[in-house]
Amino acid sequence: MNAVEVKGLVKSYGRFQAVRGISFDVREGEVYGLIGPNGAGKTTTLRVLSTLLEITSGSVMVHGIDLRERPDEVRKVISYLPEDAGAYKHLRGREYLRFIAEFFAEGEKADELVARGMEIANLGERIDDKVDTYSKGMARRLLVARALMIRPKLAILDELTSGLDVLNAREIRRTVKAYAAQGTTMLLSSHNMLEVEMLCDRIALINDGLIVAEGTPADLKQRYDAQNIEDVFVKVVSG
Amino acid sequence: MSNLSKIIKKEVKELLTPATLIPVIIIAVIFGSLGGVFGGVEESMSEPQKIAVVIEDNGELGQVAFAVLNSSAEIVYNGDDVKEALGTLEDAGGSSLFVIPSNFTSNIMDNRTGTIEAVWVMYGAGLMDSLPSEVAASLLTSVDQAISAYMITMGMTENASLVLQPTQLVETTIFKDKVMDGISPGAIAGVMSSQSFVMPLIVMMVIIYAGSIVISSMGSEKENKTLETLLTMPISRTSIVFGKLVGAALVGLLMAIIYMFGMGYYFDSLVGSASIDLGEYGLTLGVGDYVLVGISLFASLVFALALCMILGIFTKNYKAAQTMTLPVTFLAMIPMFVTMFTDFDTLPTVAKVLVFAIPFSHPMIAMRSLMFDNYALVLSGIAYTSVVAIIAMLVAVTLFKKDILLTGKVARSEEKGRSPLGSMIRRFVLKRK
Repeated sequence: MNAVEVKGLVKSYGRFQAVRGISFDVREGEVYGLIGPNGAGKTTTLRVLSTLLEITSGSVMVHGIDLRERPDEVRKVISYLPEDAGAYKHLRGREYLRFIAEFFAEGEKADELVARGMEIANLGERIDDKVDTYSKGMARRLLVARALMIRPKLAILDELTSGLDVLNAREIRRTVKAYAAQGTTMLLSSHNMLEVEMLCDRIALINDGLIVAEGTPADLKQRYDAQNIEDVFVKVVSG
Repeated sequence: MSNLSKIIKKEVKELLTPATLIPVIIIAVIFGSLGGVFGGVEESMSEPQKIAVVIEDNGELGQVAFAVLNSSAEIVYNGDDVKEALGTLEDAGGSSLFVIPSNFTSNIMDNRTGTIEAVWVMYGAGLMDSLPSEVAASLLTSVDQAISAYMITMGMTENASLVLQPTQLVETTIFKDKVMDGISPGAIAGVMSSQSFVMPLIVMMVIIYAGSIVISSMGSEKENKTLETLLTMPISRTSIVFGKLVGAALVGLLMAIIYMFGMGYYFDSLVGSASIDLGEYGLTLGVGDYVLVGISLFASLVFALALCMILGIFTKNYKAAQTMTLPVTFLAMIPMFVTMFTDFDTLPTVAKVLVFAIPFSHPMIAMRSLMFDNYALVLSGIAYTSVVAIIAMLVAVTLFKKDILLTGKVARSEEKGRSPLGSMIRRFVLKRK
């Protein structure tokens, strides 16, 4: 069974169509990347899959659950990390992880989730500091930890390392790879072609609300006779 | 265009938005309306008061008193039947009946104070409602002066204190079918000012505090980008809405309790020296009455919070959230001012409908209404507030499931000339079909 099956997805805001009938599948345990320029429809697609936005037309199945019909069930198997997500600033890092964990488990199981989250965040003693004292990198690590500690069946990660320095970005990528290896399906979007090439098993290039190319990084490079995914992207987008 | 002009133009454009302009216009309209109300009261006070007079005294001084009253007021009844006088007075909308008893002249002639009996008809318990009787009472000073002048002319100057004050006033106030001997409307309004001021103030503060908590919470969730995470968690939208509402209600009620203690103590100290115990006249509230006031306050609070939640859905950030609380503040301020200075029962019909339509009015008027056993008004107020509160909650929960929660605006209509709200309704109807 595919983790995600998107068929003819359209998302409109009034007369403007942000997503114009895209279809793609994500296999279980796969890391699937959506790449494209600003305003291409990546974030809108991820928001629809995260149950945040209503579907205008088309269908989306997440682990066999019809998203339009049963969004509450979909929320039980996904974890969404928005691009510029924040955490509650009045909480300490550990308190934030516990607040989230207790929506998924109780008692010792919740303790286990928090412990796993602290391991992923790797913030040391700073985990007991208020979130509003964290640097951007620390806050993002906390949020990645929040998203992955529950071991979701599908993690939806929007611009995973946007705005982070090399070291923080590298650490987060390593964590995502490790959790993907343990069975969590990853659907991510990025502007960072290198990151996509390093992380993703398959890629969909999205432009102007449409998927214009799809395949493994190696396939795409071969198909477009390109050195890297950035070249593929330029060739595809410029036509 | 100079650099300075460019900056000024940019600042004005940035600051002069509907969100900043509309609240100021609403304030101006509210204060303008209040000015009109108070101006109207002042104007009506300067007109001759409608009074009824029952002269039982056939003596010279009774005629003097009548002449003074006749020259300064509009006498709607002049006869000898007190009951008939009261009926005529109430029909004419007057508030003062003066009875000159049969021994009025003889008492003064015998060096005793003459008694004038005044029966005040009070139509409402607001501070403004005691004004007509106070104006009418000032007529008696003119009566005193005329009788003093008569006594001096007639050489009756042996008793100087009697010449200075030849009459005494015996008052009875009739208010909502309750007859209260020895009390003036001003004294009743003064004692009731505790309820007149404290309850509306507390209700307003609770609504504004709890409301701003809900709106700010929504603004903060959007600004800090925590809302999206919350919405993708395995939590029902209804739980999120109710969680936010109950949290805000609890904090709002805590604020109310703190305010109630402070304001209650303040007003007790102001009216503590009053010698009137309204309980003697049956004007007290029982446990059941307090329960009804509580239910009215609760229903009103639920409506306020649901309304704020709806407004919060449209807010984009914390700063915008602060502006969003203003409509709720104004809605709470209108009944607060109205109930502080006037009585719901004495309002013109249009004003009554408007005040009734604002759900925040009902806990503000509940206490006074229950004191005079007006259960119909309180119960209908609770029923109305509960209905609008439930509707507002359903709207809030529905909007929480819509894109508008994240986009903060209704999508542009696909058809020209159709309003976004119209399109939403149309889509809803089509979906139902």
